Amino acid sequence: MRARPVRAVAALAAGLALVLGGCGGDEGEGADAPRLTVSAATSLTNAFEDYGERFEPATARFNFAGSDELAAQIRQGVKPDVYAAANTKLPDQLFEEGKVEKPVTFAGNRLVIAAPRDPGEVSGLDDLAKPGLKLAIGAEGVPVGDYAREVIGRQPETKARAILANVRSEEPDVGGVVGKLAQGAADAGLLYITDVTAAKDDVRAIELPDELQPSVEYGVAVVKGAKEPEAARRFIDGLLEGAGLRAMRRAGFEPPPASP
Amino acid sequence: MKRRGGWFGAALVGCLAVALAFLTLPLAAIFLQSSPGDLLGSLDEPGALDALGLSLQATGIALALIVAVGTPAAWLLATRHFRGRALVVTLVELPLVVPPAVAGVGLLAALGPSGLLGEPLERAGLDLVFQTAGVVVALTFVASPFYIRQAQAAFSALDPTLLEASRTLGASEARTFARIGVPNALPGLLAGGALAWGRALGEFGATLVFAGSLSGVTQTAPLAIYERFSDDFSGALALSAVLVAVSGAILLGVKLVSGPGALGGAGARG
Repeated sequence: MRARPVRAVAALAAGLALVLGGCGGDEGEGADAPRLTVSAATSLTNAFEDYGERFEPATARFNFAGSDELAAQIRQGVKPDVYAAANTKLPDQLFEEGKVEKPVTFAGNRLVIAAPRDPGEVSGLDDLAKPGLKLAIGAEGVPVGDYAREVIGRQPETKARAILANVRSEEPDVGGVVGKLAQGAADAGLLYITDVTAAKDDVRAIELPDELQPSVEYGVAVVKGAKEPEAARRFIDGLLEGAGLRAMRRAGFEPPPASP
Repeated sequence: MKRRGGWFGAALVGCLAVALAFLTLPLAAIFLQSSPGDLLGSLDEPGALDALGLSLQATGIALALIVAVGTPAAWLLATRHFRGRALVVTLVELPLVVPPAVAGVGLLAALGPSGLLGEPLERAGLDLVFQTAGVVVALTFVASPFYIRQAQAAFSALDPTLLEASRTLGASEARTFARIGVPNALPGLLAGGALAWGRALGEFGATLVFAGSLSGVTQTAPLAIYERFSDDFSGALALSAVLVAVSGAILLGVKLVSGPGALGGAGARG
C-alpha cells in the first residue's frame, strides 16, 4: 500500500521528464531544419498550407485566425516569425508600434456575396435588404467584417440600414461565416472569392458591382524579435515571386491592386 | 499524519505549491493588470452590460432546465438498476469530454436548418440558430452532464435504509423522491448546480458555432471578451475580471450554503 503513491509520483516525474525531454528534442531538431511560425489570416489557410509544403528553407507552422486577433497576440508579446493579414491597416499599425518590420503588400482579393448552394434566393445586393433574410458577416475589426461594412456603407442609407438589420451573427473570422452558410444557418454572407472557391461544394458566390468593390489588400511582415528572421524573409520573398505566389494564384488570389 | 515527513512529504507540498501557483497566477494577473477604474469604465459601456446580462439570463434559463429535467433523471439512474444503465450513464456524461466546438457542430447537424430535426423545428416555428434560445440550447448541452453526474452521486450516497423506511411507511416513489431524496441530497444537488452554472457561464465554442455572435442576442460575456481581445485588451481584462468574480462568488456561495466538502467529489454527505 505504501509503495503505491511513491510509484505514482515516480511515474508522474518520469512522464514530466519525457514531456520536457520531448520539447528539448524538438528544439534540437530545429537546428538543422528551422521552424518558421507564421500567423496568418484565416482566408489564407489553403494558399499558405499549399505554400508551406513546398517551402524548403524551413518547416512552416501556421497559426490561422482573424487578422485582428493575431495582431492583438503580437501586441501582447507573442512573437511568430511572420504576420500576414487580410488588410494593410493592421500590419501598418504594428509597424508604427515597432512590433514588426516594414510590411509589404503581397496579394489582392475580391469581396463577394456568398450564399448556400442549395436554396437560391439571393441573387444580388438588393436581396440582402429583404426583411427576414439571415446575414452573417465578420465582426467589426476583422478585415472581412470591415470590408463588408465598407460595401454596405456605400448603399443608400435606408438600404444600408435594412441590410445591417439583417445581420444575425458577427463572426470572428471567415471560417465562422463559411460554416454558417454551409450549414444553411445563414442565407447570405460577405466573404472573399477565395473562401467561396475553397468551399465551392456548399457555397456559391455572387459578384459585387465593380464600383462597390473595396480594395482588398494583404500585407505581410517579419515580426521584430522573430526567432527565424532569415527564413521569415525568404518566406515573404517567395510570396512576391516564386512558390508562394504560385500557391496564392492557385487558390484564386489576385495581384495586389495598383496603388492609386 | 505527522509521520508524513521526509522526501515524500516535501514532494507533496512541492506539487501542491506548483499546482496552486499555476492555477491562481492567470486569474490573479487579470486583476493585477486591470485597475478598478478600467473595470468600472468598461462596465459603463453598453455592450459589456448587454453581454453580462445575456450571460446571466441564458445561464439562468439553462440551469432551470437542467435542474428540472436532470434531477428526476439522476434519481432514476441512482435508484434503479436496469440493463444498459452503464451505457446510459456513459452517454449522458459524453458531453463532458467532447470539445465545445464539436458540440456546436453537432448541435448544428442535429438542430440547424439543414440538420436532422431542422424541418420539424422550422415547421414548429422554433428558430434556434442566431437566437438567444440557441444559446440556451448550447449551454444546456454542455453543462447538464455536470449536474446530472453530481446529482446521481448525491442520490447514490443516500442511506438506503432511509429510502426503504419511507417506502415501507407507504410513501409513493414521488413522495420519497420529493420528501426524502431531494432534501437529504441537497448539498450535492447545489454543488452540481454550481458546477453546471459555472460551466455554462464560461461556455464559448458551442455557443459561437451553433448560435453565432451578435451583441444583445447571442453574444454572451465570453464571446464579448474574445471580440474585445483584438481591439480593446483592457476592456477584455475588465470583463474577464467580472466573470472571474461572479464565478468565484457562485463557488463560494455554494460552499457556504452546503458546507465544506460539497464540491469535494462524489460524496455528497462528505
